[in-house]
Amino acid sequence: MVTRGPARAAWWRTGLGVVFTALMLFPVYWMVNVSFTREGDLRADPPHLFPVDGTVDGYRVVLREQLPYLGTSLLVGLGTVALTVALAAPAGYALAKLRPVGGGALSFVLLIAQMVPGIIMAMGFYAIYLRLGVLNSAAGLVLADSTIAVPFGVLIFTAFMSGIPDEVLQAALVDGAGRWRTFRSVVLPLSRGSIITVSLFAFLWAWSDFLFASTLDAGGASRPITLGIYRYIGNNNQEWNAIMATAVVASVPATVLLIVAQRYVAAGVTAGAVKD
Amino acid sequence: MSSTRGGRWTAWAFLAPVTVYLLACYAYPLYRNVELSLRRYTVRSFVSGGAPFAGLDNYRDVVTHPTFGPALAHTAVFTAVSLLCQFTLGLALAVFFHRHFPLSRTLRALFLVPWLLPLIVSASTWSWLLNSEAGVVNAALGALGLDPVNWLTSPRWSLVSVIVANIWIGIPFNLVVLHSGLQAIPTDVYEAAALDGASGSQRFWRITFPLLRPVSAITLLLGLIYTLKVFDIIWIMTRGGPTDSSTTFATWSYRLGFGSLLPEFGPGAAVGNLLIVVALIGGLSYVRAQRRQRW
Repeated sequence: MVTRGPARAAWWRTGLGVVFTALMLFPVYWMVNVSFTREGDLRADPPHLFPVDGTVDGYRVVLREQLPYLGTSLLVGLGTVALTVALAAPAGYALAKLRPVGGGALSFVLLIAQMVPGIIMAMGFYAIYLRLGVLNSAAGLVLADSTIAVPFGVLIFTAFMSGIPDEVLQAALVDGAGRWRTFRSVVLPLSRGSIITVSLFAFLWAWSDFLFASTLDAGGASRPITLGIYRYIGNNNQEWNAIMATAVVASVPATVLLIVAQRYVAAGVTAGAVKD
Repeated sequence: MSSTRGGRWTAWAFLAPVTVYLLACYAYPLYRNVELSLRRYTVRSFVSGGAPFAGLDNYRDVVTHPTFGPALAHTAVFTAVSLLCQFTLGLALAVFFHRHFPLSRTLRALFLVPWLLPLIVSASTWSWLLNSEAGVVNAALGALGLDPVNWLTSPRWSLVSVIVANIWIGIPFNLVVLHSGLQAIPTDVYEAAALDGASGSQRFWRITFPLLRPVSAITLLLGLIYTLKVFDIIWIMTRGGPTDSSTTFATWSYRLGFGSLLPEFGPGAAVGNLLIVVALIGGLSYVRAQRRQRW
């Protein structure tokens, strides 16, 4: 009895935990359910709780109409990752290990930068891009999307690279490596974990961005998937199975990354929030 | 090594790209935004330049506009209710998941899903859940014998609906951060309390809650900054309507600048700048409180 008591309590908790999780994920389940529902059944009363007698028509529509949007999103996401890491990793190294004059002020500016609402950035970018004639370009969208991730990236890299022992870097310097070589062949390989975390969030944020896309890239040929979904809703489209199928496809990167890189996701969520 | 003069200046070689970037991609757009708010722009002068300087006229127009009061109230209610509910539910779940039990890790990971989904995905899913005729929420109400609610199309419920969706999106973040905060509390504190005969609720209010204060503060701050910015969810679910009933500063600013065929960039920028002032006051008062605590 003594040993079974706690074990039983633990299973009771598991049961409760499953119920909580099911409640929380119900909207996600519903999205998947609707994506497989036949058009005629979408307004059934009561709604079909399971996609029995389901259809993949919604997904056919996605494949037919949304592939270019998905391609753009992938391109913009990867571009944002490259730009973010290229800018943030050297900055993190300098702030963590070289302790420059004015480094504290720069960190403070980066902190403030994260507080600027996206709508303000969007309006400023719009005014600038319009003048320069670079609206509706994937490159312009990459630059704007990177503003969401760069301050976060510098923060993560600084926090992580502070943990690299000075002796390791000292040894590289003694061996005749310059600061750049040290950075490239010692610091970067040691920072693989934080590179993954930063890349992952930069990609997800760029992939999910709707605000910059709808203001800076609403008209051109290269529009991302968020605008593909928005166009469906905006047209007062009643094919909610196709809308939800697009939503499911748009959720694939987030889901895949959560499964294969869960600990890097958790590292990103808590970094900055929980320090010392 | 870091104290040598050479080292300090090479540091700026590594910082140069990000510094240029901050000037070009943060400072300049912000400057353009301030400039927009101080001039009287038309669509033509927006493209070709030469809009007349208008001083604070745009701000005066915005503050006296009939939408200002409701937008201010909705921003405050949206932010306060979202923060309170996300934090409370997140903390309750964090405490629940703090005790290890079979599957606890997996279930906790699954809780992250809503936070990682693109906002447009969450928002359109909620739109369909809350659809007046075909939504599953109204079907559930019907099964309980209750009347259907026009969640998104009646002025009484639209703000409630977008707040519910936003809370749902925010719970995972609060859960994960508060959970890692709980793990940082040494277990021997609890053991000592248990020896002294402290009850479960005593342990929570006397130990967990006070020791979790720093983590709670940063969670709420990040939540505040994030919630003030929320635009996507409201715009996609209700577009701030019907008749301003779910309009916040963020959606109002967007609507002025981009939501119609006749954009009003000046007032839109002015609303945006008011929003940034609020966010900065929140952020800086936190930084100050934090510093005072440390020294």
